Amino acid sequence: MGNISSYLNPVLSLGGLGLLFGLLLGYASKKFAIEVDPKIPMVRDALPGANCGGCGYPGCDACAKAIVEGKASPNACPVGGAEVAKKVGEILGVSVEAGEKNVAFVKCKGTCDKSKEKFIYNGIMDCRQATQTPGEGSKGCSYGCLGLGSCVKVCAFDAIEIEDGIAVVNEDKCTACGMCVAACPKDLIDLVPASKKVRVQCNSEDKGKDVRSYCEVGCIACNICQKTCRFGAIKVTNNIAQVDYSKCTQCMECVNKCPTKVISGLIAKK
Amino acid sequence: MKIFYIIISSMLVNNFVLSRFLGICSFLGVSKKTDTAFGMGLAVTFVMALASFMSWIVFNLILVPLHLEYLYTLAFILVIAALVQFIEMVIQKTNPGLYKALGIYLPLITTNCAVLAVAVINMNENYNLLESVVNGVSAALGYFLAIVLLSGIRERIDNNKNMPEALKGFPITLITAGLMSIAFLGFQGLLQ
Repeated sequence: MGNISSYLNPVLSLGGLGLLFGLLLGYASKKFAIEVDPKIPMVRDALPGANCGGCGYPGCDACAKAIVEGKASPNACPVGGAEVAKKVGEILGVSVEAGEKNVAFVKCKGTCDKSKEKFIYNGIMDCRQATQTPGEGSKGCSYGCLGLGSCVKVCAFDAIEIEDGIAVVNEDKCTACGMCVAACPKDLIDLVPASKKVRVQCNSEDKGKDVRSYCEVGCIACNICQKTCRFGAIKVTNNIAQVDYSKCTQCMECVNKCPTKVISGLIAKK
Repeated sequence: MKIFYIIISSMLVNNFVLSRFLGICSFLGVSKKTDTAFGMGLAVTFVMALASFMSWIVFNLILVPLHLEYLYTLAFILVIAALVQFIEMVIQKTNPGLYKALGIYLPLITTNCAVLAVAVINMNENYNLLESVVNGVSAALGYFLAIVLLSGIRERIDNNKNMPEALKGFPITLITAGLMSIAFLGFQGLLQ
């Protein structure tokens, strides 16, 4: 056997085998193709394709299948929101009332200058790690945002930034996939209706006096907002004011009356 | 007589799982319930029979004439992977019930070392085509036997309330598999 054939034979034989099997499989995939509902790939194309799992299914493929099979509603994708729901509705031939767009909202206003630190933290720059330290992190308030950015790391849409020591959501980019909600060890992030701007930007369940001692902009549970509200939309429970978004008319009374300015309103920065 | 010898040898004496220790991953992974173990056993039997057939053809009709025996691992993997994919497509089309029953086990078998091993053993033993296929089927039946037996035992063990916490799950499964392996040693004297 010549030199050349000792090189060529393995290449040709294995390459040929591979080609043969490839052709066979290609032919088989055509010949034995099973009819999937043509709507499934169409719906799949309409979905954002982020595979974030925000809908509760393992990914966009599974979600598309569930939508077409009727197991999930056409507006199941929280990321796509109204736009995608409309497209999916067109494919399925049903009208979809678009769900209210939600956004993530960080319930803390305690920037570096407004809240005190208990100690200097030099550990791993991750909220989950920092929460393991005594006192649950270096922030004076054990409920507040540590600003180490665990939420930033999980956000697939680049919608969260740390500004001045606290996480701030960019509502234009936020898709309400819920990844940051799960990532925050302090349970600070809520999904709230994007159109409702009156939100309590504090999570502290400490008494007013304690809050005062470590944060200038915390909820001190003074009940003024509750008394001010004519619609019964804001209530103080567990030393923290909470807005009932279905009742709030955004009249801004509570925003203006709040002594610590912890209720953010329309005029508030993003 | 040689055929009979091969059957007993690869099914019991040299049981793939319990004495050659091949395919342990799926043996432990898919043996929680008897019916899934049954499905896995069926799938392995099916693939091993076809894999021994195809790998014999590829080895003896392509690699040997071209003096490329050293490429056998590569060629066998190629054959087995393509074969499993092909079978999967055919079954999916022709028999959806069976496809569902075999489920994810079919693609899992693509990378099961037991299937590659049966092709390599056929080659090393210089079996002819019939002997190869018989060896493949009986090795797979040995696997089938082992996994169904283990799953039966596991189903009983999992219901045992007196199990110490530390032994629950995989520890006791490994101990069980070890004891089964020792029990299968008893077959060693069968063919002498």
